[in-house]
Amino acid sequence: MTAPHIEVSGLTIEAGGRAIVNDVSFAIPRGQVTALIGESGSGKTTTALALMGHTRPGARISGGMIRIGDTRIDQLGEAGLTALRGRRVSYIAQSAAAAFNPSRTIMAQVIEPLLVHGLAGRKEAEVKAIALFRALALPSPESIGARYPHQLSGGQLQRLMAAMALITDPELVILDEPTTALDVTTQVDVLKLFKAAIAKSGASAIYVSHDLAVVAQMADRIAVLRYGVLHEEGPARTVLETPRDHYTRTLIAAARPVERPVAPETAGASAPLLSVEGVTAGYGAVRDGVPAVPVLRDVSFVLAPGATLGVIGESGSGKSTLARVIAGLLPRAEGSVHFGGVGLPAGLKGRSREQFRRVQLVFQNADTALNPAHSVATILSRPLAFYHGLKGAAARARVEELLDLIHLPRDIAGRPVRGLSGGQKQRINLARALAAGPDLLLCDEVTSALDTVVGAAILELIDDLRRRLGIATVFISHDISTVRAFCDQVLVLYGGRVVEQGSREGFASGRHHPYTRLLMDSVPEMHPGWLEHTGEGRAPALPGAPVGEELCRFLPRCPVAIAGRCDRTPAPLHRERDRQWLCHHDAAALAMKETV
Amino acid sequence: MSRWGGTLRALLRSGPLSGRIGLALVLFWFAAAVAGPWLAPHPVGAFVDRDVFGPMSARFWLGSDYLGRDVLSRLLWGARYTVLLALGAALLAGSCGTALALTAAVRGGWIDEALARAMDTLISIPSKIFALVLVAAFGSSLPLLLLISSVIYIPGNFRIARALATNLVGMDFVAVARARGEGAVHIALREVLPNMVQPLLADMGLRFVFIVLLLSGLSFLGLGVQPPYADLGSLVRENISGLTEGAPAIIMPALAIATLTVGANLLIDALGAGKGRR
Repeated sequence: MTAPHIEVSGLTIEAGGRAIVNDVSFAIPRGQVTALIGESGSGKTTTALALMGHTRPGARISGGMIRIGDTRIDQLGEAGLTALRGRRVSYIAQSAAAAFNPSRTIMAQVIEPLLVHGLAGRKEAEVKAIALFRALALPSPESIGARYPHQLSGGQLQRLMAAMALITDPELVILDEPTTALDVTTQVDVLKLFKAAIAKSGASAIYVSHDLAVVAQMADRIAVLRYGVLHEEGPARTVLETPRDHYTRTLIAAARPVERPVAPETAGASAPLLSVEGVTAGYGAVRDGVPAVPVLRDVSFVLAPGATLGVIGESGSGKSTLARVIAGLLPRAEGSVHFGGVGLPAGLKGRSREQFRRVQLVFQNADTALNPAHSVATILSRPLAFYHGLKGAAARARVEELLDLIHLPRDIAGRPVRGLSGGQKQRINLARALAAGPDLLLCDEVTSALDTVVGAAILELIDDLRRRLGIATVFISHDISTVRAFCDQVLVLYGGRVVEQGSREGFASGRHHPYTRLLMDSVPEMHPGWLEHTGEGRAPALPGAPVGEELCRFLPRCPVAIAGRCDRTPAPLHRERDRQWLCHHDAAALAMKETV
Repeated sequence: MSRWGGTLRALLRSGPLSGRIGLALVLFWFAAAVAGPWLAPHPVGAFVDRDVFGPMSARFWLGSDYLGRDVLSRLLWGARYTVLLALGAALLAGSCGTALALTAAVRGGWIDEALARAMDTLISIPSKIFALVLVAAFGSSLPLLLLISSVIYIPGNFRIARALATNLVGMDFVAVARARGEGAVHIALREVLPNMVQPLLADMGLRFVFIVLLLSGLSFLGLGVQPPYADLGSLVRENISGLTEGAPAIIMPALAIATLTVGANLLIDALGAGKGRR
C-alpha cells in the first residue's frame, strides 16, 4: 500500500503559549478532497494554512509532521516555502473581492504565479489562463482578463481566484470558505465549477468550511475540528450519516432549522400593527415619486401584532433597504407606512419618541452596530434612560434583567464590547433593542455573520422572546430554509419588487414564483450527490432578454419565461386565498412547471 | 481619560525606547514651564554678569547672554511662554476644529459644505504672512499670539477630525442611535467623539510642535513675546551675534527648542504605533 499523497500527523500550533491546534492528524489520498469543518476559533483555517508552512503572526508550528508528496513542509526553510507556495500548494480565500489588487488587471494577477515561479512566458501563460476562464464558465473568456476587479461580480471574482490557484497545476489546493460570501444561487454554480475544475486538474484539496451541506457536496472525507482538537475524521458519507462524535451530531442538528409553531391568530383579527403600502424608495433625487436609483418598487404588506414576517432575497434585492425605510433611516419616495393605525413620517423628522421606541432595528453585524468605546452597561442603559427615564439603581437592575433575558452572565455589564465573542455581541445588540420595549423588531440578517450553532441559538432566543413578549418581527434573511421554519408570513424580493408573498401554509403548497423555486432549489442539502442533480433544466429560457423597468426583473434568468409575453408586458399580480405572486404564469401553470 | 492613561502606562512598561525618551523630554519641559520661575536663580531681566556671552561656569550654569543676563534663568522663563502658549493654542485649535468637524459630519448637507469651504479659505492664507499682518495691525500681545496660532491650526485639525468623524457617522451604531431618535448633540458627543479621541490627541501633539516652531519664528523676527520677557525663539534671536563665538547663550535656547519638538514627536510616534499594534 502506498503512502497517502498528503499526511499531517500530531500537528500542534501554539499562539501566546496556548495550543490553538492540538495534535491533529489526517491524510489525503491523491486527488481527493478533505473538508475541515468547525466553528470560528476551531483552528480549521490555521490547520489549512499550516499546509503551506504559514502561520499567522504570533503563532508557530510547535510539533508534528506535515508531508506533501516527498516534501516535509515543517522542515522547509523560508526559501523552500517560497518555491512551494503558489506552485505546488495554492490558496483560494474567502473574499475574492478583498484578495484581488484593485489597481491591476485580472490577467496580470491570474498569471502572476506562473511568471513568479518562472514556469511559463507571458504569452503561454495567457493562453493557459484563457483556457481556465473557459473551463470556469466565465463570460467572454478571451477579454475578461483585461478588466479590473471592480468591474466583476463576487461570483466571477471567486472563479477567477480559482483560475489563479489552478494555473500552476498545483498538487494541493486550499479552499478557505470560498462560497460563504456568495448568494445561494451563485454558490451552486461556483461549487459545481470548482468541483469539476479540481477533478480535472487532479489536485488534492482541502476545503475549509462551517457549512455541512456545502461540504457534503464537495468533500470525499470530512474532519471535524473544535477548539483545535480533531473530533472525528472519516469518509464524508459516514460522518454525515452515522456520526460517532457528539459534537458532530450537534453541528448536524444545528444545520437543520427547527420548525417553529405559527403564532396563534390574535383574537378577532385585530387591526394590523404595521401596514406598508406601495412603498418606493431608493437613492438620488426623487422625480414623480421615483428616485434616481430605485431600490424598492411598490412594496406592500401587512403585519399583525406579534406575528413574524420573513423577507428573503439575494444581495441587492432591497431587503435591508426595506428595514431602513420602515425605521425612517431612508425616507421613502412614495407610498405609506402605517404603524399602530397611525401614519409614520417618511424620515426620522416628525416621529415621536414613542414611535421611535416601538420600532427597533437590529443590525446584521454586531461588530459595527455596538459602539466600541462603550461598555455593555452603557449601551444597554442608554435606551432605558432615553425612553423610560430609568437612572441609577433602577437602570442597573433593568440591565441585569436584560442580561438574564439574553442568557449572559451579569458581570459582563462592566466590560467593553470589544472583548466579547461574536455571539455575545449579537445578544447585546438584541438586548439593546429589547431595552426599549418595542412592539416591532426589525432583524436584518442577524445570524448571517455567526456560526451555525451560535446562529441557531440566537434564532431560538429571538423566537422565544417574541413569543413571551408578544413582539412582532420583520426577519430579513437570505436563507430561505430558516425563514420558512421561523416565520408566519414570507415575502420574496427580487430586484426591489415583491415577486411572491404568502403565509407559511401557502408557501408549503409547493407552487412558487420561478425565482422562489430557484432559491429553494439552491439551498444545499446534506446528502452527497445533491449538487450533481440540482439545477437541471434551469437554464434561462430567454437569455439576454431586455431588462425593462416595467418588465419582470427576473426575466433574463427565468427558466420558464414566455417569449412574446414576458418580454413585452409587465407581469400581472396573481392572488389566491393566502398568497400572491407576480408572474405571467397562473397557479395551474406554475404547478405544472414544478413537476417538470 | 483612563484609556489614555492606560496607553501611557503601557508605553512606560513596554513601549519603544524612543517613546520613553520622548515622554521624558516632554515631561522635563512641562516641569520647567510650570516651576521655572521659582527655580530660576536670577530675575528674568537682571543684569548679573559684567561679561557678555560668558561661558558656562559654576555661577552661571549656562553662561550669560548679550547683555550679561543669566541664560539659565531666561531659559526657564522662556520655556514657560513657549510651552504654555503653544499648549493653550494647540488645545484651542483642537477643540474648535473638532467641534466644527463634528457639526459638519453629523449635520452633513449644506452645513458641512459651508464649513469645509470656509476652512479651505482659511487654509489658503499663508500662515506666517497672516500672523505678521495681524501682529503689525494690533501690536504683539499674549492673547493675540494665542489667538493667531490657534486660528492658523484650526483648519488642519478640522480636516483630520472631519475625516475621522465622517467615517464613524457611517457606522451602524450611529444609524442605530439615529433610529432610536437621538439628537445631533448626543450622536456627536457620545457616539462619535469617544472613538476619535486617540488620533485627535496625537494630532494635537503634532500641532503643538508646529505652534512652538511658529511662535519661535515670530519671536525670532521680534514680533512674538516682547522684552524683557522672552520665549525660546526670542532668546535665539537676541543672542544671534554670539553665534560666531559659539556662546552657550545661543546654543542652549536652540537646543531647548530642538529637544522639546523632537521629544513631543517621539512621544506622538510611540503612542500612534501603540494604537496600531492593538
